[in-house]
Amino acid sequence: MSKIVSGATKLLSILVAVPAFADAEVGELEWNLRKGVTNISSDVYDLHMLMFWICTAIGVVVFAVMFYSMFFHRKSRGAKAANFHESVKVEVAWTVVPFLILIGMAIPAANTLIAMEDVSEPDVTVLVTGSQWKWHYKYMDNDVEYYSLLATQQEQINNKFDKGENYLLEVDRPLVIPTGKKVRFLVTSDDVIHSWWVPDFAVKKDANPGFINEAWTRVNEPGIYRGQCAELCGKDHGFMPVVVIAKEPAEYDAWISEQEEIQRKAKEEEQKLLALNMSMEELMEVGEKVYLASCAACHMPTGQGLPGVFPALKGSEMVTQDIPAHIDIVLNGKTGTAMQAFGKQLSLRDIAAVITYERNAWGNNTGDMVQAKDVNAALTGN
Amino acid sequence: MSTVAEHSHDDHDHHHHAPSGIKRWLYTTNHKDIGTLYLWFAFIMFLTGGAMAMVIRAELFQPGLQIVDPNFFNQMTTVHGLIMVFGAVMPAFTGLANWLVPMMIGAPDMALPRMNNWSFWILPFAFLILLSSLFLEGGGPNFGWTFYAPLSTTYSNDSTALFVFSVHIMGISSIMGAINVIVTIFNMRAPGMNWMKMPLFVWTWLITAFLLIAVMPVLAGVVTMLLTDKFFGTSFFDAAGGGDPVLFQHVFWFFGHPEVYIMILPAFGIISQIVPTFSRKPLFGYASMVYATASIALLSFVVWAHHMFTTGMPVATELFFMFATMLISVPTGVKVFNWVATMWRGSITFEIPMMFAIAFIVLFTLGGFSGLMLAITPVDFQYHDTYFVVAHFHYVLVTGAIFSIMAAVYYWLPKWTGKMFDITLAKWHFWCSLISVNLLFFPMHFVGLAGMPRRIPDYALQFADFNKWISIGGFAFGLSQLIFLALLIKACKKEGEPVSDRVWEGAEGLEWEQLPSPAPYHTFETPPVVK
Amino acid sequence: MTEQAYEKYYVPDESPWPFVGAVALFLIAVGAGNFVIEVSKDKEGYGGWILTAGLLVLLVMLIGWFKDQIEESRTGLHSNQLGGSYRQGMSWFIFSEVMFFAAFFGALYYARTISIPWLGGASNNAMTNEVLWPTFEAAWPLISTPGGETTEAMGWYGLPLANTIILLLSSVTCHFAHVGLEQENRKKLTWMLGITILFGIVFLFLQVEEYIHAYTQMGLTLESGVYGSTFFMLTGFHGMHVTLGTIMLIVMFFRVLKGHFTPDNHFAFQATSWYWHFVDVVWVMLFFFVYIL
Ligand code: HEA
Ligand code: HEA
Ligand code: HEC
Ligand code: CUA
Ligand SMILES: [Cu+2]
Repeated sequence: MSKIVSGATKLLSILVAVPAFADAEVGELEWNLRKGVTNISSDVYDLHMLMFWICTAIGVVVFAVMFYSMFFHRKSRGAKAANFHESVKVEVAWTVVPFLILIGMAIPAANTLIAMEDVSEPDVTVLVTGSQWKWHYKYMDNDVEYYSLLATQQEQINNKFDKGENYLLEVDRPLVIPTGKKVRFLVTSDDVIHSWWVPDFAVKKDANPGFINEAWTRVNEPGIYRGQCAELCGKDHGFMPVVVIAKEPAEYDAWISEQEEIQRKAKEEEQKLLALNMSMEELMEVGEKVYLASCAACHMPTGQGLPGVFPALKGSEMVTQDIPAHIDIVLNGKTGTAMQAFGKQLSLRDIAAVITYERNAWGNNTGDMVQAKDVNAALTGN
Repeated sequence: MSTVAEHSHDDHDHHHHAPSGIKRWLYTTNHKDIGTLYLWFAFIMFLTGGAMAMVIRAELFQPGLQIVDPNFFNQMTTVHGLIMVFGAVMPAFTGLANWLVPMMIGAPDMALPRMNNWSFWILPFAFLILLSSLFLEGGGPNFGWTFYAPLSTTYSNDSTALFVFSVHIMGISSIMGAINVIVTIFNMRAPGMNWMKMPLFVWTWLITAFLLIAVMPVLAGVVTMLLTDKFFGTSFFDAAGGGDPVLFQHVFWFFGHPEVYIMILPAFGIISQIVPTFSRKPLFGYASMVYATASIALLSFVVWAHHMFTTGMPVATELFFMFATMLISVPTGVKVFNWVATMWRGSITFEIPMMFAIAFIVLFTLGGFSGLMLAITPVDFQYHDTYFVVAHFHYVLVTGAIFSIMAAVYYWLPKWTGKMFDITLAKWHFWCSLISVNLLFFPMHFVGLAGMPRRIPDYALQFADFNKWISIGGFAFGLSQLIFLALLIKACKKEGEPVSDRVWEGAEGLEWEQLPSPAPYHTFETPPVVK
Repeated sequence: MTEQAYEKYYVPDESPWPFVGAVALFLIAVGAGNFVIEVSKDKEGYGGWILTAGLLVLLVMLIGWFKDQIEESRTGLHSNQLGGSYRQGMSWFIFSEVMFFAAFFGALYYARTISIPWLGGASNNAMTNEVLWPTFEAAWPLISTPGGETTEAMGWYGLPLANTIILLLSSVTCHFAHVGLEQENRKKLTWMLGITILFGIVFLFLQVEEYIHAYTQMGLTLESGVYGSTFFMLTGFHGMHVTLGTIMLIVMFFRVLKGHFTPDNHFAFQATSWYWHFVDVVWVMLFFFVYIL
């Protein structure tokens, strides 16, 4: 199938006698669709080139005729206007011929589409959940799940530091998948619509809140593949990258059991920490980090929020007075607003720290300290 | 069915003079006045929406956040789209319809002159509301001109209510405008002006008006659902209540797709008037033009989900919408071929309207080709929501709709004012626009294919070079429009050489053959004779 | 065509009403926008007042505009061709209303045949149900939403059936009123029109009754999932149209009493009766798709 397409592509490129720029080595300047690293993505690429060349060819023919008459049938060259204005024959021809060309495009397109939507018999299944503005990955067959956040520093975005090579396309914890296996993605969202997109896989699926869409890929080469959220999802839509690492199956297996172990240990640690009290300095230090990573996107690094959109925490009544309500809104969020439930995203310690931080930063000097066990108490209802 | 026009206060003789003062413009019932109002309003909106585009381009000039914050950027994108679509292109076409349809079919005025004025005056107010919402706390709409739920419901700010009501009254205005056009065409044709003699501009507007009446109410419906979802707890777009965010997209695009043809069918009409004039040859395939327009309009009702290929519809649905969308290329191709065939063996001259028309044909077709590429579902997964789409729709909208409007203004302006516009300025305007517009929109294909998503205020480094050029093209194109502004002001001051009644050597039709230049305030009070 | 040649077409001169109407819509939009925000957020503000002002200006505009219009019509400025414009305009307006309702019927159709079954795991959404809504089972009417809201379904017998009969009858009486007008039978016209209005009012009364019942006894509200949403939005918008139609009929009634309309010049009456029939047809659709199915 894809042979026919690429054959046709080649034929066309010879016909038009233009060197196919797409075949040139991809240099620094990327300006065409990429072939990607899966069979599907290369079929898609071929389709794209097929379409491109057909359109170019039609365009060349049509406009050659037009420019010919613009040149030779101009009044200044003494052209006299003919008076014909109808011809059933040509009109039928230029209705039928494009129609046939369309059929020629539709058949390979339909085949590729059907293959893309066939999500049956996956080897690995990952639940991908978008939320403002990060991705959450959960391996359905293993006890592993985590959030994946933008890793580019704010200073780079604000032009204070030089921008790194993968500016805006780097995350703290990439998704890891095995090569050569059929990986199925279950895509959904916690809040607004996002869209999970990795160009190298030719996978782009909308993450609709309340519904699960399915997509799949089978990656041929190990490597790091970068993409971005592709549906406007609010203020930081541009800062929600997707990074996927494809590893050889053996490496992947090792990685996943390591992760299972780490996540199990972390849970145990968490319980142990409950007994400990952290100092104010420690809470503030951890709290600031957590705040900048998880909260500052909406409430702003200054705690002043965006008036009318995200409330200020600086001087807020809840943050300066009501401790239980403060813990509750951070743990459970507030349904029907952008304020998410952080109980499942952050550890007890982090939540305690961030609450303490908010209650003491930006002149909120309440002096209150909240410890992990207080958060745990709120969580378990004691 | 023909008439003598009659005015109420026959005592004072104002039949050939316009009343003066501000009241003339506020209270007018004259199709030419209202047409002028529409056209100036559209142009002001074009500059406003353009200024927002300049903000967008300035922010995207280089990577990093420079001049605006992301939330404001989103408001710029959203309001730019809304203003250009509802404030610039649609009112401009309605203005042209007002000026031209009565003159082209030999009617004394629009069928419902008072309602005509009402539909115009709603617009400035509607856009006043929309624009002033930008200054409220929390800002104006920031969810894209497509305002997908739940970003526009649960997660939007309060000014959404104002957005909804301003769309409601815009919709009322469009519906009334369209009813007026359609009734005028059905009921006011001069004797002998039968269906197959109507100029194509009239035909395309007839079909456009039908589309408008059919889909603007659907837009009203979807914003109403959005309003109740956000403020009154309904669950149309909320899965927890049994609804679906994707339902929003279905209803929106059921309106939205025909909407994009609303913005191009009158353009087809304009080009079909201009090309024969300057080729000095009758339009090739008049009847097939009419049928093609009708087929495009009908097909436009069954292709809406091509904007939603990535939303996870079942394969069969995706296939249906892919095939239906591809089919639209056939009637559109017929149009392009007919124009080329009209030029073939003509006696062509290249006055300003013709230059714009030729640019339209080439560049619109280019936009159509990228549209066809987008229609191919599996590849659309790669293109969707990238700058490739942005490139596509600016080619069909800017070098399509906007260029056609400019062509139309240059073509009929001498008829309206009785004076030839400043040709030197016009040439500058054309060439500057043509070059800069391509610098502006062509590289968008490349960044799109390379993977740059749309609606982002900041981007990865590999897109930097192209974006710089795009922005430069954008500023240049913006400045070029100031030439147009200068030209129009001169024309309205009635500067320039007087023109003959026919104005253009090859022009045919009632407005050229039976009316003086400038066209008097009231025309065809007794219907003309149509051969 | 030639038999009508050189008929007069009345082109009105400047009129303040359209502009006043635009101001009215401006005030209504600003007022309604603020009012909605204030009501849902329990805030203080002027929204309600601006809205009221807008509606008043609209009323003034309508009265002024129609007065001019009636005046013109009664002094014989209107011709058949102009009547044609009005009739066609009205038909297209009704068509636009049809499309407005179509959007909501479309939403109803989508919820019933697509979104709810999908949430229950149909089509390509098996995982939606398994992972996100494991306890949800698709059903219509949706008396238990995926989110756990419950409600009762509205039956079709009782009030809705009564209302259907009432509206159908009112369409018949409305038609007879028209026949009366064309036969120059003023008595028939007045009576039939009066009865039509009465039916309209009874319909509205029963509809309010039904809403109260739904809210207080059945727990069926705007907030009870998409079933409640579509139910109230469809019947609610229909109710608004009946209200408007009834007002129009009442205006016609007074005009009839004043002796307006002749067998061949009664566009306003005809438009009203078209509108009334349209409202009636919408109800039949509603009764079928919202209540019975
Ligand atoms: C004037 C407006 C206008 C017009 C005329 C068109 C015309 C077309 N559009 Fe476009 N479109 C938009 C405005 C318009 N579009 C806008 C605004 C959006 C984005 C909305 C948003 O998301 O914000 C959009 C988005 C859009 C998408 C969604 C992309 C995405 O978001 O992923 C698609 C997908 O199918 C599409 C397809 C088409 C097609 C097939 C045509 C066809 O009508 C084109 C037909 C013309 C030709 C093909 C050229 C001439 C033909 C020939 C010379 C004949 C021979 C040719 C062949 C047989 C190949 N358009
Ligand atoms: C007919 C419709 C139309 C028109 C004419 C235009 C015209 C232009 N558009 Fe528009 N555009 C849309 C319709 C249109 N656009 C739509 C529907 C969207 C999608 C919105 C969305 O995603 O929701 C969009 C989105 C869009 C984007 C993508 C934004 C994003 O995804 O974040 C960009 C980016 O470059 C852009 C640029 C431009 C430019 C540079 C012009 C230029 O052609 C404008 C040129 C005109 C001028 C510049 C005016 C000249 C006036 C002056 C120079 C005086 C100015 C005064 C001051 C500077 C004070 N547009
Ligand atoms: C995606 C945006 C977003 C993020 C991220 C976010 N919040 Fe919020 N937050 C909100 C919104 C919106 C509200 C207002 C909710 C309402 O309407 O009551 C809010 C409210 C709050 C309040 C209550 C303020 C008051 O005065 O009522 C607190 C406290 C709070 N957030 C803390 C946090 C913390 C801690 C974090 C990070 C761990 C965080 N938020 C991250 C959007 C966000
Ligand atoms: Cu998430 Cu865009
Ligand atoms: Cu479309």
